[in-house]
Amino acid sequence: MTDLQEEIKKMEKYDADVLVVGAGGAGLRAAIEASNANTKVIVVTKSLLGKAHTVMAEGGAAAALGMKDERDNWKVHFRDTMRGGKLHGNWKMAEIHAKQAPQRILELEKWGAVFDRTTDGKINQRNFGGHKYPRLAHVGDRTGLEMIRALQDHVVHEDNVEVLMETTITHLIKKENRVIGAVGYRRDSGNLVLVRAKAIILGTGGIGKAYKITSNSWEYTGDGHSLAFNVGADIIDMEFVQFHPTGMVYPSSVKGILVTEGVRGEGGILRNSEGERFMFRYIPKMFEGEYATTEEEAKRWLADNNSGRRPPELLTRDVVAKAILSEVKAGRGSTHGGAYLDIASQRSPEYIKQKLPSMYHQFKTLAGLDITKEPMEVGPTTHYIMGGIRVHPETQSTTVSGLYAAGEVSAGLHGANRLGGNSLSDLLVFGALAGEHARNYSNTISKYEEIDNSILEPIVNELLEPFKGEKTENPYLLHRELQHIMGDFVGIIRNEKDLTDGIEQINKLIEKSKSAGAKQGRKYNPSWHQALDLKSMLITSLLLAHAALARKESRGGHTRDDFPETNKELTQILYVLQKDENDGIKIHEEKMEDLPDELHQIIQGGDN
Amino acid sequence: MKDEKFQIKLNVQIGESLDNLKTETYSVDVDKKMVVLDAVHELQATQLPELAVRWNCKAGKCGSCSAEVNGKPKLMCMSKLSDYNLKEPISIRPMKTFPLIKDLVTDVSWNYEVNKRIKPYNHPNSSEYITMQQIDVDRVQEFRKCIECFLCQNVCHILRDHDLKDKFVGPRFLLRLASLNMHPLDTENRLGDIKDEFGLGYCNITKCCTEVCPEIIPITDEAIIPLKERVVDEFYDPIKWFLRKLFPKK
Repeated sequence: MTDLQEEIKKMEKYDADVLVVGAGGAGLRAAIEASNANTKVIVVTKSLLGKAHTVMAEGGAAAALGMKDERDNWKVHFRDTMRGGKLHGNWKMAEIHAKQAPQRILELEKWGAVFDRTTDGKINQRNFGGHKYPRLAHVGDRTGLEMIRALQDHVVHEDNVEVLMETTITHLIKKENRVIGAVGYRRDSGNLVLVRAKAIILGTGGIGKAYKITSNSWEYTGDGHSLAFNVGADIIDMEFVQFHPTGMVYPSSVKGILVTEGVRGEGGILRNSEGERFMFRYIPKMFEGEYATTEEEAKRWLADNNSGRRPPELLTRDVVAKAILSEVKAGRGSTHGGAYLDIASQRSPEYIKQKLPSMYHQFKTLAGLDITKEPMEVGPTTHYIMGGIRVHPETQSTTVSGLYAAGEVSAGLHGANRLGGNSLSDLLVFGALAGEHARNYSNTISKYEEIDNSILEPIVNELLEPFKGEKTENPYLLHRELQHIMGDFVGIIRNEKDLTDGIEQINKLIEKSKSAGAKQGRKYNPSWHQALDLKSMLITSLLLAHAALARKESRGGHTRDDFPETNKELTQILYVLQKDENDGIKIHEEKMEDLPDELHQIIQGGDN
Repeated sequence: MKDEKFQIKLNVQIGESLDNLKTETYSVDVDKKMVVLDAVHELQATQLPELAVRWNCKAGKCGSCSAEVNGKPKLMCMSKLSDYNLKEPISIRPMKTFPLIKDLVTDVSWNYEVNKRIKPYNHPNSSEYITMQQIDVDRVQEFRKCIECFLCQNVCHILRDHDLKDKFVGPRFLLRLASLNMHPLDTENRLGDIKDEFGLGYCNITKCCTEVCPEIIPITDEAIIPLKERVVDEFYDPIKWFLRKLFPKK
């Protein structure tokens, strides 16, 4: 027996009707929905259960419950989502999302989540950027923790769900056009894992670790994006990356860590170095007439949420991020190159500590700053990718049979820019749909496919490659190189020359990274993990750069200084990325389906 | 504006099993605004790529990077270097209470097994929306701030020194049980389990758990002591005892 055959024999082997990759909000919600007496589900997570990136979500989950403001309903939420996405979102997904989000939130409450309350004992809802009415169900500024804990405590009591913690999936296996299994490794033992599956759901989250300044954790290496791309699934909208306007900018070791939009939702204002509240100057045409134009009016709104229009600090994230960048560029930035975010002058210390406890704690501990007394310094940070795997809006199926995707790794709902709070509700709504339809699909498959050695040998060989002696490149430093390339050439403001150079540099780095080496020892060896994660990050970065080069306009999270205007002709154009015959990237244009009249009218209409 | 770099020393416990552990000293470039986890990452990236360390958010929200820093249980991501005497090496060891996997990483899976044994939240059957007042959920929400860093489990001497994991679930799960017990709508009764299966009586209120909680949850005073009072009321009240004798449950 060769070494490879020996390795294959030693692999941990599992069978799952539905394999869920990722244990954030989407993965866990999908697992709950997919499992039943006849459907065995395995959830694989790179971290421990309950640590997935969802735990970092702060502000809340958007759902038109109408508990804080009765005027709210699904139509307004739909309209806000479509307009926030600069009309590029998938309208069917936006409709499903707006309609189903409330029931998903109420269900979470029945599973034990404890949201903040209104004075009449219902779920309190908070104002957020781009949402017309207070809409975000929340728990202080730790909503993600509450959600993941409620889902986690629910999932561990499902009889037919098994969770493999600290396990990474690196390869999907396909037969004809259908996924039949997956391969990966366990961190703790270093064992390789083979899961045969009838259906697979990807809920792997985002790609932020390709950037240096990011609010994302180490897990966000674009695994799902590259897994899907590698088995031939369509990838769309990769050019749309959300740079959250308010990340910490100082001290340098915490640069990028998120400062929740909840600070602005609770009344926080942005000022430049001259003390000017500059956002009044940045209200885009699309939102003219909907935002306060004077400080006095904004103040009235803050007092009662009704008289006066919303303050411009609550414009969508893409707008606020670019405004801060413009201020810095014009020489009006804060000491460390950001803007001042001030809630101390707007709310009492007690209120701030009650509504934003973890922000208070975070600044106190990491920056030595008391946000009840002083303004914070904030600037844009890579936060979220709107693009990802193309899914069917009603079933979350991808273009590969048996493969489903939900949450950040999927694309469509958010269009060119995501509204804050729409991610947590996205996870629940589309996680549940993915779970339901993946289960249904798995029920149509009568047996597990045999996966023989000829398929596994090259995969196992690739997984163990970093251990070969001649591999000498340090994977951590290669990662840093990638982060610099992405920041310098595929950052917030892009143009053709930078993107072309960026693509060239990423390709060079891909060559170089073939020599990424790991130290010996399979047990909990992060150098090995890093070398493997790097592959996903590189592919994802390349997809992103190609898509960014293709879209010759500025829209939402995609800004080109050589095409600074939004081009109406491109609103419904998708750039679809696929793997070509030589394992390269091919890209083509597609026009999205037209909006039905009644939805079009909702978007056009003022009040609903 | 860049913070100036300088060198500090880290004494890091390296190894996979108790018989081959060693503590090595490393010099690492840092700046004064960094946290301990930054220094560990720098060490990993530049000198010790295989160093096992568990972390996720680096913002004090996920509770992954628990370790013993200069003998104190800490989240490494929330431990500022400036709080330490940097002329001396900083010692970094894994949590002692859990089995070692490698270097700074321990096997905390026991905690997840315990959680499975706790009966989940049980919402009342009702077709109407049931309201709850903020004042009635304040306490529960405070308990639900727990990020499961397991530092409280790590310092609890019932678990750390006496290793009574089979009899006592530890402060993390007493806190979880308290959050369920004090939930205004939950319909499940877990007091019997709390007394017997989960070993509430083993806690002798030394408050070590409260002291190390990075979320500053008053575990002992607000969760464990009230639970003890409820158990006493339920099982050791002489009148209730007498009534139980008269009318035994089926």
